[in-house]
Amino acid sequence: MSEAQAPGLPLNRDEALAWLRQMQLIRRFEEASAQAYSAGKIRGFLHLYIGEEACAVGTLRALQPDDAIVSHYREHGHALARGVPARAIMAEMFAKAEGCSRGRGGSMHLFDASRRFYGGNAIVAGGLPLALGLALADQMMRRPRVTTAIFGDGAVAEGEFHESLNLATLWKLPVLFVCENNLYAMGTALQRHEAQVNLAARASSYGLPAESVDGMDVLAVAGAVRRAAAAIRSGGGPAFLELRTYRFRAHSMYDPELYRDKREVEQWKLRDPIILFIQWMREAGLLSTGDLERLEREVEAEVSDALDFAEAGTLEPVEDLTRDVYTPREARDAPR
Amino acid sequence: MPPGERKAMVRMTYREAVRAAVREALHRDPRVFLMGEDVGAYGGCYAVSKGCLAEFGAERVRDTPLCESAFVGAGIGAAMGGMRPIVEIMTVNFGLLALDQIVNNAATLRHMSGGQLSVPVVIRLATGAGRQVAAQHSHSFEGWFAHIPGIKILAPATVEDARGMLWSALQEPDPVLIFEHAMLYAMEGELPEDAGAVEISHAAIRRPGRDVSLITYGGSLHKTLAAAELLAREGIEAEVVDLRTLRPLDDETILGSVTRTRRAVLVDEGWRSGSLSAELSARIMESAFYELDAPVQRVCTAEVPIPYPKHLEDAALPQPESIAAAARRTLGERHG
Ligand SMILES: Cc1ncc(C[n+]2csc(CCOP(=O)(O)OP(=O)(O)O)c2C)c(N)n1
Ligand SMILES: [Mg+2]
Repeated sequence: MSEAQAPGLPLNRDEALAWLRQMQLIRRFEEASAQAYSAGKIRGFLHLYIGEEACAVGTLRALQPDDAIVSHYREHGHALARGVPARAIMAEMFAKAEGCSRGRGGSMHLFDASRRFYGGNAIVAGGLPLALGLALADQMMRRPRVTTAIFGDGAVAEGEFHESLNLATLWKLPVLFVCENNLYAMGTALQRHEAQVNLAARASSYGLPAESVDGMDVLAVAGAVRRAAAAIRSGGGPAFLELRTYRFRAHSMYDPELYRDKREVEQWKLRDPIILFIQWMREAGLLSTGDLERLEREVEAEVSDALDFAEAGTLEPVEDLTRDVYTPREARDAPR
Repeated sequence: MPPGERKAMVRMTYREAVRAAVREALHRDPRVFLMGEDVGAYGGCYAVSKGCLAEFGAERVRDTPLCESAFVGAGIGAAMGGMRPIVEIMTVNFGLLALDQIVNNAATLRHMSGGQLSVPVVIRLATGAGRQVAAQHSHSFEGWFAHIPGIKILAPATVEDARGMLWSALQEPDPVLIFEHAMLYAMEGELPEDAGAVEISHAAIRRPGRDVSLITYGGSLHKTLAAAELLAREGIEAEVVDLRTLRPLDDETILGSVTRTRRAVLVDEGWRSGSLSAELSARIMESAFYELDAPVQRVCTAEVPIPYPKHLEDAALPQPESIAAAARRTLGERHG
């Protein structure tokens, strides 16, 4: 089996293929979601992740299965890369009871407690304090786990971002802050919402290690996350990573994209993270003839299975409307 | 204990009762920790946690920076991570800086995750006026919080409840907010030496009476009891209901009392417009309208930010005389 040397990352053929497959799965899943949205199957807000796949796959692949993830509302890719089944995510967006949040959350609120995937938060920066708490619990219980908070560049302007970086650094909490800087917060470009556009410099003022990474390069992302997570896990306190990326699609399905030039989008598409990774695999000799076609077929099948599953799913009976607001009596712990 | 034998009683203040509850929780459950601004070295801004840092150490009695959103969110996250945090917010006015975490996260996570997540966090907040600390330290927002499904709201008005509600709150699998009225901390009461947890789902009749129901909670309980004394001198037997739990409301006890006395006065330190007293009034109309002999009366805080001068602050708040006057109004000409 051939093994290629990415910076700090020995990656064998099977692993590389698995990473590529995940990136492609995210891409196809998002395309299918857009279609399902146009068909009226998915409603509400839908934020696509196309163009940013290397961030999710690089980050999640570099973490351990029992590390916690707190994400934002553009999180389909994070959930898929975490291993939440495509079926459960699609069913969630179809508002079906078989969805990963029993249909109660939709696109922006994907949860999977068994995989320590804590949402899906639609309040910009609102998940960061939660990540601190999950990390604090690990620290107090002496569990060597890392909690990763993923958020956009827009979150950096929020107070909760600053409160969280300060508190995490002060208490040496095992948190990895991952900022997916796609250069826009809705229609507001980075230089129009940040006084300091160098986000790593900004973060480092809190006294934690902060680094900027090419978010279109899955290997660079994975390498940086692996290094940062190792340092955090060994008690080094939190770290911040800025992943420089770009979304190829509109902010949401409602966005006519009046604020950016089509040429800018086309320029960024030349750095499509999937194409870049395929090129790298080819050069590293990790790709055999037929691989791409096979992956494509597998991914298509997985997405179409997810669509079928979601379509066949059931709607919760209206009688259950108010369930899961409070814990039902029978599900409570015995009194201590 | 053999019948007739008196339990040993101890006198303590409300503040000491809360402290005893906090200490008991820290002793009994290793998952419990206390965090908030100045809870440690300073001893708590109301001296509730005085001595706790020395007794339990800085890991379990955690001084936080001034960042209500981050440390309340961290409490929520730590609760999801298996801990049982007690988060102290200096006053409810500052708690507004943590509204996002309480309303958008604590109250929704169970539901949005389709029942996968529990948030067993307890948040203690001081509330209420009476100390001439003006508008930004004196407001009563517990009625706002009681508006929100997904959280439970407690308002201990007695030393016994101050001692006993915390442990019960910590046994709840869902978020609980405990509002401690700032004027009560110095109040003394007698408790059995072995006083412990109290149930937290029922209102209590603090004084039985047959002529009119005076329904209140928290800091207003004692003014209402004083009003009942005034009324007793006039031959009016007022029943005083202490709500204790503001969400969910104990409709049975409230409506039972009103049905017996056929008259209701609602005493609420919140402002009248859109208040908890408005909610109570509506419930009485909806369910006991035909039992009433007189329109429901309300005694609330005047519609003004709490003013600094003593005489104006007193004038703004419900007082025994205004409560007694409202009760007389329900009794019509007979006492009018
Ligand atoms: C607190 C808050 N304010 C405003 C919004 C509305 N809103 C939703 S997404 C968004 C832009 C966020 O941009 P960014 O954090 O960069 O994430 P991206 O969408 O680029 O992934 C805004 C303003 C919100 N959801 N939450
Ligand atoms: Mg952005």
